[in-house]
Order: sequence, then structure tokens, then C-alpha cells
Amino acid sequence: MNNLIVYCEIEDGIIADVSLELLTKGRSLANQLNCKLEALVIGSNLDGVEKQVFPYGVDTVYTVDDPRLYPYTSIPHTSVLVHLFKEQKPQVCLMGATSIGRDLGPRVSSSLHSGLTADCTALEIGPHEDKKNNKTYENLLYQIRPAFGGNIVATIVNPECRPQMATVREGVMKKEIYDPNYKGEVVKLDPKKYVADTDFVVEVIDRQMEKSKANIKGASIIVAGGYGMGSKENFDMLFDLAATLGAEVGASRAAVDAGFVEHDRQIGQTGVTVRPKLYIACGISGQIQHIAGMQDSSIIISINSDPNAPINSIADYVITGTVEDVVPKLIKYYKKNSK
Amino acid sequence: MSLKIVVLAKQVPDTRNVGKDAMKEDGTINRAALPAIFNPEDLNALEQALQLKEQNPGSTITLLTMGPPRAAEIIREGLFRGADGGIVLTDRAFAGADTLATSYALSCAVRKIKDYDIILGGRQAIDGDTAQVGPQVAEKLGIPQVTYAEQILKIENGKATVKRRLERGVETVVVPLPAVITVNGSADECRPRNAKLVQRYKYAKTPSEKQGLSEECLKLYEQRPALNLYEWSVNDVDADLSQVGLAGSPTKVKAVQNVVFQAKESKQLTAADNEIEDLVKELIANHTIG
Ligand SMILES: Cc1cc2nc3c(=O)[nH]c(=O)nc-3n(C[C@H](O)[C@H](O)[C@H](O)COP(=O)(O)OP(=O)(O)OC[C@H]3O[C@@H](n4cnc5c(N)ncnc54)[C@H](O)[C@@H]3O)c2cc1C
Ligand SMILES: Cc1cc2nc3c(=O)[nH]c(=O)nc-3n(C[C@H](O)[C@H](O)[C@H](O)COP(=O)(O)OP(=O)(O)OC[C@H]3O[C@@H](n4cnc5c(N)ncnc54)[C@H](O)[C@@H]3O)c2cc1C
Repeated sequence: MNNLIVYCEIEDGIIADVSLELLTKGRSLANQLNCKLEALVIGSNLDGVEKQVFPYGVDTVYTVDDPRLYPYTSIPHTSVLVHLFKEQKPQVCLMGATSIGRDLGPRVSSSLHSGLTADCTALEIGPHEDKKNNKTYENLLYQIRPAFGGNIVATIVNPECRPQMATVREGVMKKEIYDPNYKGEVVKLDPKKYVADTDFVVEVIDRQMEKSKANIKGASIIVAGGYGMGSKENFDMLFDLAATLGAEVGASRAAVDAGFVEHDRQIGQTGVTVRPKLYIACGISGQIQHIAGMQDSSIIISINSDPNAPINSIADYVITGTVEDVVPKLIKYYKKNSK
Repeated sequence: MSLKIVVLAKQVPDTRNVGKDAMKEDGTINRAALPAIFNPEDLNALEQALQLKEQNPGSTITLLTMGPPRAAEIIREGLFRGADGGIVLTDRAFAGADTLATSYALSCAVRKIKDYDIILGGRQAIDGDTAQVGPQVAEKLGIPQVTYAEQILKIENGKATVKRRLERGVETVVVPLPAVITVNGSADECRPRNAKLVQRYKYAKTPSEKQGLSEECLKLYEQRPALNLYEWSVNDVDADLSQVGLAGSPTKVKAVQNVVFQAKESKQLTAADNEIEDLVKELIANHTIG
């Protein structure tokens, strides 16, 4: 009762990274709240799926296994969550701010009349004082999120309604094994009790999913290009630099929109969030939406022809110059100086 | 088959162009300095509606917006592009709504509209950025939803075939109508204003905008019903007061912080060869690279 539950997305039998990241976060929140961490997996052929989540410190995994539950559609998954939450009364529910989580979360929150906070970048536990009604609350979930196009950060609480629901984008939280030998309990729920035949109204007739090609999220060095790269051809320079340094290539949205590079390399509020050891920003001005996705990088180098580019204010090294000039020199001197 | 289409549209501050003057001295956002615009993805939704109207003669498009009285501006904007009419859901009691209270109010208004086949909206508004209102309206009306839509491919036998663009690919789904469909920014851009329609509708007004007009003017509005935009209050849509506005919102904003960069000490370099080489050596020496 009153546990913390994470809705786990599954694609081709594999639990999504964003869900594992949330289990890691959920484990530490559950420790603070002194409650259990639960996972919910809905899909088809789920035997053994618990092995993927137990190492993250899951105490109970609920599975609902039915061929009709994969691929995801809104209403059947909503029905499972609504029924289960009415029974189990979790205090917190977390899900990925993905095209699934952002489709499912609001529908569930509407049905249960429980608040939902979108795209949180931090989750904390703390008290809340409602001055107007002279009430205090202990151990609420602080749901911290950017809004207003990234220009403000708001802390949102749900004092009265349960569960407190929040979505979080992929890459925002860190994924970390809690204990490789952790063992929880598996509870198989009977689909018939949680989903009605009439819930299956939307039919998926075609699906073409690609595995994410670039792995910028896991890269320890990122070479990112912006609109200032000027062309797709100039981006080749960045791929050269990346190959030299063992890095991945990232990009700003302006560079993606201009067609210099594929969308899955976009870094920022509407792309992925990264925190590499080294981030080299090439011809990126540093608008807030971009910064939001890379400001936690350990070391930031900015290469920009404009000495006053906003990104320079968060950079450890500012190189004032053109990318055409500087990038080849980086390659040259790295080759010369690395043994 | 002619369709009754409702487009949910929100007037939003243009958060994409937040200049220096948009921040007040005390560090809060000066909303007055930001132009109020038609939420970009709601324009993509309107374009899908206009295409459906072309393909299904006799269809009508009603815009529905919740906001202050000035939100009527976006209804006119929609009329200039081909919508047929619009309603501003406006009442002090709606203020301070979170997404749940917003979707409750919108769903009450849709119930009052009564006859609808498709409700289109944007995927997400650029101020709240939550993408929650569409699915919540669908749930409140007890109808299915299709989010992240890029194109409505066809409508046949009371079902819509919709292409969705997801972060890792595309999906095509068939959904029975009525349904809520929220449209991505990757969908077709909205057509521009049509000069003839601008002429026809530039004097379209809501009751609050008509205040202070002469008797004669008001008579003209009686003769030309198309120029009357509607305003609905909490009572008009039979909404339960405890479920709207701040009171009806489970989420509370506890604190708001403006994002200010903390300037850190940075090393300034030029593109000179020796400076770049020294930097590379330093990074190799401290194991950042190599
Ligand atoms: C809701 C929302 C979400 C967004 N999400 C994201 C996101 O996830 N990620 C993101 O990146 N953006 C995002 N944006 C867009 C963001 O606001 C900026 O438009 C974008 O980051 C700008 O990209 P840029 O820095 O590459 O381009 P610009 O701002 O055009 O900057 C180009 C820079 O290159 C420099 N330059 C030009 N030529 C050269 C040269 N030859 N050598 C060196 N430097 C040169 C210029 O001085 C300038 O600083 C979002 C916007 C909104 C409204
Ligand atoms: C800083 C801040 C943070 C917030 N965070 C949250 C939060 O995490 N959770 C929460 O529940 N609320 C939140 N809110 C409140 C939320 O912004 C408002 O409830 C808003 O009215 C609707 O949400 P949205 O702008 O995110 O719209 P979205 O859900 O992003 O809008 C999706 C679509 O719904 C339609 N739509 C939305 N609003 C209207 C409208 N007024 N009239 C007509 N159509 C509309 C449009 O088609 C739109 O494209 C926040 C507000 C602020 C200022």
C-alpha cells in the first residue's frame, strides 16, 4: 500500500532505458519515503521480464500479459493503471515522458483526478505548507520542471490527490544497478480483470520503429554542431573530430532543422539530455533550450566566432574563432600529441 | 460524409522569442512584453481540419479556446484561414487552471457543442509544454485519442486512419469516431490567411468586444450572424465550480524560478595554433581526452 510505482515501457521484449532510469530514481525516493518500489509491465510474452528490473531494486513487479496489449494503445493500458491504482493506492507513479508516457499519463490522471506534472528534470521529497488553508504536508513529491519554453523552472506539488504522477524524459535521470542480486516478488495480474474487450478500439495497422542509431546519451565525449556549422558538408568535419577523439556527434535543433544532421542527435529540451565528461560546442549560440540538455557536462568548450555567444558564459574554455579554422586544428594537434 | 470538427486552440505568449526585455527587473517574466500568438501546433491541427473540410464537403470547423476575452484574437485568426466559427470559454472562475481543470472546462464546452465527429488539437502548447490537455479531454468525454498525429490519411465508415510520428518511428492507426486527435509540429504547416476571408471576418466580435458599439452597429451584427463570436461562462457550459480553475486543480505551483545562467570562470583562447595545441595538451594531460 502507498508504494512508489514505475510504469515500465517495453519494446521487443526489452524494458526501455527511460524506465530503468526511473526505477533508479524511484528506488532512492522509495528509500526516503520508506516504502516499496514497484514496477508495472504491460505487454505480451512477459515471462522472465522481472530479471530485467530486479537489479534496480524493485520489490514487486506486476505484469499483465496479453497479446492484445502489445503494441501499446491508450485505452487498454489506461484501464490497467486505473484499476490497479484503485486497488493498490500508490502514493507516487512515475513514467517516461515519451510518446507512450505522454499519451498514457494524462489519460490515467484524468480518470483518477490526480495531478500530473510533465517533463520533470528533478524529483525530490519535502514538506509543503498551504498557508491559505493552514495545512502542512510531509513527504510530498517535489516535481521540478522547466516551462515557458525553458525560461522558468517550476516546483509543482500535488498536496491532496493520489497518486502524485510525474513524467520524466529519457536521459534526465541516471540509470544505475542497485543490487545485481536483488530479488522481489512477481505478481501476475489477470488481464481479464483489468481490461475490457471494448477497450480495444484503436487498431495499429502499421508500425515502423527504428532502433536509435546514435548513442549520444552514453557518450563520454560529445562534439556538437550548431547552425554556425553552415552546412551538411561542414558537419563531416565534426564526424572526423569525433572519430579522432572517440566521441559522438550531437547537434542543436537549428542544425537538425536545417538538415545538417539527423534528428536523433539533437541535444536539448526537446532532444536528449546529456552529461558527458567533455562537450565541445561548435557554432552553437547556447539558447536556453539547448543549454537545458547539456549544462551538466563536466567540461565545456565553446568554439564560436562571436565572443559574446551566450554559451560562452557556461563554458570552461572559450575559443573565439570560426569552426572552419579551429576544428581541423583540434584534429591535427590531437593526432600530433596523443601517442 | 460531412464532418463536424472542433479545433482546440490556445492563445500563448511567444516563448520562442524571449528577448532581454521579457524579463522584469525582479527577474520574473514580463508576459506583457511577449506577443500573444496562436499556439503553433494548434495551427498544424487547424490545417488538418481544413484539409478534412476540403475532402468532405459540407464539413464545419468550430474553434474552441479557453482564456481571457482577448483570446478572441485567435478565433478571428482561424476564421481568416477557413474556420467557420468559434467560442471563447471565458470566466474568472477558470483562472489558474492546471491541465486537468483546463480539460474539464473544455470537455464541458464540447458537450455543449454536442454534435462533433472529430476534436483536433495541438500536441502541446508552448507555454505550459505539457501535452496533457488532449488526452485528458478525450478521457473526460469517454472517447479514444490519437496523439502525435502527423497526417489524417482518410476517413471511412466512421473511422479515421491516422499516421503518427513517434520519437523512434512512425505508426499508422485506425480509430473510430468521435475521437480526439492531437497534431505534431511535423505535420503540414497551416495555410496563410485568405484575403477574402480577412475582409469577411475582420469585424467578427465577441459580446465583450461589442461593448460600447452604437445601436446601429449592433443591428448589423444581428443581420450578419457569421460575425458573432460566442463567449461561454462556467454557467453556460454547466461546469461544476469545484472542478474548474485553481480550485479544481490538483497540482499547485510551489515555487517558480527564472533560469539565470551562473557565469563561471572561463579560459579565453583564440584560434592561434599554439593556443589550440596547448589546450589539447592540457586535456590529454588531465585525461579528459585520449
Ligand atoms: C520549445 C522549444 C524547444 C526547443 N528545443 C531545443 C532543443 O532541444 N535543442 C536545441 O538545440 N534547441 C532547441 N530549441 C531551439 C533553440 O531555441 C535555438 O533556436 C537553437 O538551439 C539554436 O541553435 P544554434 O545555436 O545552433 O543556432 P544559432 O542560434 O543560429 O547560433 C549559431 C551560432 O553559430 C555561430 N557561428 C556562425 N558561424 C560560425 C562559424 N563559422 N564558426 C563558429 N561559429 C559560428 C554564431 O555566432 C552563433 O552563436 C527549442 C526551441 C523551443 C521554442
Ligand atoms: C510554469 C508552469 C508549469 C506548469 N506545469 C503543469 C504541470 O506539470 N501539470 C499540469 O497539469 N499543469 C501545469 N501547468 C498548467 C498548464 O500550463 C495549464 O493548465 C494550461 O492551461 C494547459 O496546459 P498546457 O499549456 O501544458 O497545454 P498542453 O496540454 O500542452 O496543450 C495541448 C493542446 O491542448 C489544447 N489546449 C490546451 N489549453 C487550451 C486552452 N486553454 N484552450 C483551448 N485549447 C487548449 C491545444 O490544442 C493544445 O495544443 C503549468 C503552468 C505553468 C505556468
